[in-house]
Amino acid sequence: MVQYLETDVLIIGSGGAGMYAAIAAADHGANVLLLDKSIVGRSGATIMAQMTVAAAVGEEEPDDWRFHLKDTIAAGRDLVDEPLAKILCQRAPEKIWQMEEWGVGWARSGNHLTQVHAPGHDRKRCVYVDFLNTGPATARTLRNQVRKFDNIRRVSDLIVTDLVLQDGRAAGAVALHLETGQAVTIAAKATVIATGGLTSMYNRNSASANMGGDGYALGLRAGAELIDMEFVQFFPIGHLAPRMTGMDPIMWDPFRYKLGGRLLNGKKEEFTQNYGAPEDGKYVVTRDAATYAIFKEVEAGRGSPHGGAWLSFEHIPEADLRAAFGPVIDKLANNGIDLTKMAIEVAPIAHYHMGGLRTDDSLATTLPHLFATGEAVGGANGANRLSGNAISETFVFGELAGRSAAALSHSAMPDIHHAAQPFLDIIAEASNRAGGGMTPTAATASLQTIMAEDVGPFRTADGLRRALDNLAQLAATLPELPTGGAMAFNQQLADWFGLRNMLVVARTIATAALARTESRGAHQREDHPGLDQAWTYNQVVRLDGDDIRLFRSEVRRLAQEELA
Amino acid sequence: MSERLTTNLKIRRGTPGDAEAYDVIEFEFEAGQSVLDALRWIRSNRDASLAVRYSCINANACKECVMRIDGRTGYACTTALKPGEMLIEPLPNKRLIRDLVTDTLPPDERLA
Ligand SMILES: Cc1cc2nc3c(=O)[nH]c(=O)nc-3n(C[C@H](O)[C@H](O)[C@H](O)COP(=O)(O)OP(=O)(O)OC[C@H]3O[C@@H](n4cnc5c(N)ncnc54)[C@H](O)[C@@H]3O)c2cc1C
Ligand code: FES
Repeated sequence: MVQYLETDVLIIGSGGAGMYAAIAAADHGANVLLLDKSIVGRSGATIMAQMTVAAAVGEEEPDDWRFHLKDTIAAGRDLVDEPLAKILCQRAPEKIWQMEEWGVGWARSGNHLTQVHAPGHDRKRCVYVDFLNTGPATARTLRNQVRKFDNIRRVSDLIVTDLVLQDGRAAGAVALHLETGQAVTIAAKATVIATGGLTSMYNRNSASANMGGDGYALGLRAGAELIDMEFVQFFPIGHLAPRMTGMDPIMWDPFRYKLGGRLLNGKKEEFTQNYGAPEDGKYVVTRDAATYAIFKEVEAGRGSPHGGAWLSFEHIPEADLRAAFGPVIDKLANNGIDLTKMAIEVAPIAHYHMGGLRTDDSLATTLPHLFATGEAVGGANGANRLSGNAISETFVFGELAGRSAAALSHSAMPDIHHAAQPFLDIIAEASNRAGGGMTPTAATASLQTIMAEDVGPFRTADGLRRALDNLAQLAATLPELPTGGAMAFNQQLADWFGLRNMLVVARTIATAALARTESRGAHQREDHPGLDQAWTYNQVVRLDGDDIRLFRSEVRRLAQEELA
Repeated sequence: MSERLTTNLKIRRGTPGDAEAYDVIEFEFEAGQSVLDALRWIRSNRDASLAVRYSCINANACKECVMRIDGRTGYACTTALKPGEMLIEPLPNKRLIRDLVTDTLPPDERLA
């Protein structure tokens, strides 16, 4: 028996954006179903974030959302969807105070919030929770709020596999219940995609297990459009060596905010200045510039032993390290790392996706009754995201998407018994493929290698074509890949559905990257160096049968007086 | 630091009602690698049907990877591998779902 659920607002994914959306929708009177493929509120990027939430609260020094917007637009290399970015920057401060009221506990010095100066911002703008605790505190705070609403139902271990349409609009979804292997149909008046990003499509990443780009594929297959898919942000100083556990690979970022640190090549020399980005012991080099410098240095044979760069805090007294990071220093010691005596190795890792579902100013996608929020939204960060904007985006866009979706609660409840059937058949068919051969789990590793080798931050036409060929070959095997057959908690089957999504999303990235014959922000073409003004367009992707259609769209701008 | 070490993971398998069964899988590792590193490697390279719950992989943020390791409750992602043999089992005090996965969800978050 297939369970059939009904809700006003279906929210797919329960990171910061999904939870904030649930609260807003419920607050506006809607009945909400908040789902996650893993455990609600714990499974995505949000709980892993360690620091920096950008908002012009002006606690540390005078600030204004217009300054924040100016920095966001500059970082985005002229491709930022300015109306969306305006919404983000203008409303971020009120969300910071809302979270404070809900007990998140932003770090304070004296009677004001502490704000740090992160790269790309013109001043101290980023709040955080000590020590390296921004994500956990955010997730806990939102979980507590979500629980206060009787009209929010939370369900964990439910993997949405396809959206269902009725009369040309989104009308709910079909999902696989991981624990039992049962299929579930969910009829909804409005649906919100809050599934986060796609960085687990790359082999070196900062991702959790649930960041394979599901939401982009769900939207695309249902007929929604994606924008800016070629812009995948690499975090330049992901942890590389020595192996450490219980720590996040991007943990060195806050260390650099607070303590500076020195980025050195294999010969232990500073090098970013050779790529036009001097550091002077401060942390000022933007992410795209640092990624470029490290890649080039490794390519020139001047990398660290594991193929990255050294990051050194050896010149910083232990007392200062302790004052800044207290218990984290002990955790490092448990991993055999003493920062006063040794440098660690870092390398660029896939970290955030600028692209995503194309929306209007209410976060409605191009498919009626379908909304997007959080990292799943494309456009607000253009070709490169500023540090700290992603968490602000989960708050601001979460609240907005939830409110927009709730406004459709008065519409009629769709009946999708019939429309859901083809998608239920896909689950039934996939659940029934025991047998041997390459598993979807192993095939996913192949996809990650293809993406890392040819669709990473540095690209060429040859490499991108090779990637598209390799992806096509892998895609041809998909219908045959064994899923282990019916069993409880079948992650091999979950991996198959994940791979099915990654394959289509990977093609959108490679196709958009191949078309963009210039270098800009996170998209660097070795065969087309330098930014080309003629390419000051966003690229939009649509699925037509199994074919990817790409077209250009004017960047949405604000009138000059709106910026002033 | 990069010396190769070997461990044999003795992993409890099966669903409620199955006869007690363990798989023993050898894993070569570098000092510093975690139990979860080994379990994920097994899923990709040896046996994709092994059920093990995890999300954040490195961060010790999600708390999903809790299980019994050498008879003690711990997180697979923060427990370092040790050479020789290690015993990996599901939590004893929670309803077993399969292999290393038990029902750790808040009761009001289940599909039911
Ligand atoms: C390690 C790390 C550190 C970071 N640090 C910072 C920082 O300091 N500052 C900052 O601004 N940003 C940071 N970021 C980025 C930021 O955390 C994310 O962009 C943001 O949290 C995304 O929130 P979200 O709610 O959109 O998605 P997520 O928090 O990723 O949540 C998405 C949820 O959707 C679920 N899901 C996915 N697919 C499905 C499906 N098919 N069915 C059901 N559920 C599904 C997932 O399980 C997950 O729980 C960091 C990111 C990482 C990975
Ligand atoms: S995998 Fe998240 S705590 Fe272990």
